[in-house]
Amino acid sequence: MTSSPPVVRGGGATAAAPVTPHNVPREGAPANPTAAALRGKFGDAIRRVEVIWGETTVYVAREQLLEIVRWLHDDPEQQYDYLSDVTAVEFRDPERPLEVVWHLRSLPRRRFLRLKVELAKGAPLEVQSVWPVYRGADWLERECYDMFGIRFTGHPDLRRILMWEQYREGFPLRKDFPLRGRFSRAEQLRQALAANPEARYSMEELSIADAFEDLPDDMRQRLRAGERTGE
Amino acid sequence: MGLSPRPEPRSVEATGGENWVTTRLDSLVNWARKNSLWPMPFGTACCAIEFMATAASKYDLARFGMERMSFSPRQADVLICAGRVPFKLAPVLRRIWQQMPQPKWCISMGACASSGGMFDNYAVVQGIDTIIPVDVYVPGCPPRPEGLMYGVLLLQEKVKQEHMGDEAIRREMEPDPKSGLYIPPAAIDELSEPFGNSVHQTRSGL
Repeated sequence: MTSSPPVVRGGGATAAAPVTPHNVPREGAPANPTAAALRGKFGDAIRRVEVIWGETTVYVAREQLLEIVRWLHDDPEQQYDYLSDVTAVEFRDPERPLEVVWHLRSLPRRRFLRLKVELAKGAPLEVQSVWPVYRGADWLERECYDMFGIRFTGHPDLRRILMWEQYREGFPLRKDFPLRGRFSRAEQLRQALAANPEARYSMEELSIADAFEDLPDDMRQRLRAGERTGE
Repeated sequence: MGLSPRPEPRSVEATGGENWVTTRLDSLVNWARKNSLWPMPFGTACCAIEFMATAASKYDLARFGMERMSFSPRQADVLICAGRVPFKLAPVLRRIWQQMPQPKWCISMGACASSGGMFDNYAVVQGIDTIIPVDVYVPGCPPRPEGLMYGVLLLQEKVKQEHMGDEAIRREMEPDPKSGLYIPPAAIDELSEPFGNSVHQTRSGL
């Protein structure tokens, strides 16, 4: 693996202008060089690498996911500084495992990498949270948990985010979930109306105590004097 | 686009009599009310865009005395629910309705608000009449501004026919304390299952 300078750092004199790829074949396009680097670094933890339409997908071992993501983020040759999505896929084939998908982007090196972890059906759907590396994973993983029931271990606040927190019908994007839900319409409506529309946020979300020192001086003084926030 | 039936006006002969003064006063009050309906726009989807077009200069809802959008339910007369309402929003919509002072009316604008529309799924309320009472349903996906204005004119006709002596139409509807619903659960299930019971269908066919 030869070292390459970041494409944007240091101005435009040495960096090549970005080129929109044309006529990318479905298979056989050159893989993202990060895939080879991952193989060299982690060996067997990299299960397989696929290149479809020029996009590289790396299947990794579930146990080493956080380690791999942390390396991708911290290594000066990789610099994957942006997590754009966390999602999951369930297939119709009942034997085929669920796939959890992470979309990583390296802005300094203009690279895109898709990481996947396969979770076998029947076993508990658990995978490590990447929240310690990317804080933006917080809500993405909550959505993934809400829709698929995948538990992200190490996530600080794994709750439902789209459905209300008392939702008891299951995980809507799973294949065994009926499209109209499990309860009758009247029961769904009764449960939804029983929710308090103002009880949407946890105390942590409502609290500004953690950010108190970051507030402007005048606001801190007013709050110290006993002024209330919100309602 | 039907009008849901109000209860029969109670006879006021016994309590004081419906005479020339009260009926004239009725028509005066109703005339004032129908020409100054203040809408509370509850726009959640594309119908709200069409509603804005209705309120804008070309169609000009101000011609019907509705130019004053009330973004607080406490100063509103008519709730215009434009767009789909997910279950998570159901308690919000009901609270907004309960915060509106009497007399109040409701227009359900578009297919989704009226029946759930194409969103026959786990997340969307199958018609807001399962949450709050509705006076006028405007069909369409979304309705054209002419459609909404026709609904407004129908509502004005309805306002024009009300009697001050009739207390029933001013009574706040109380939801059933046991279920928290205005209409019986069986009626809701029947209303929201237009294509038979597909609760047991799954997308994967498993």
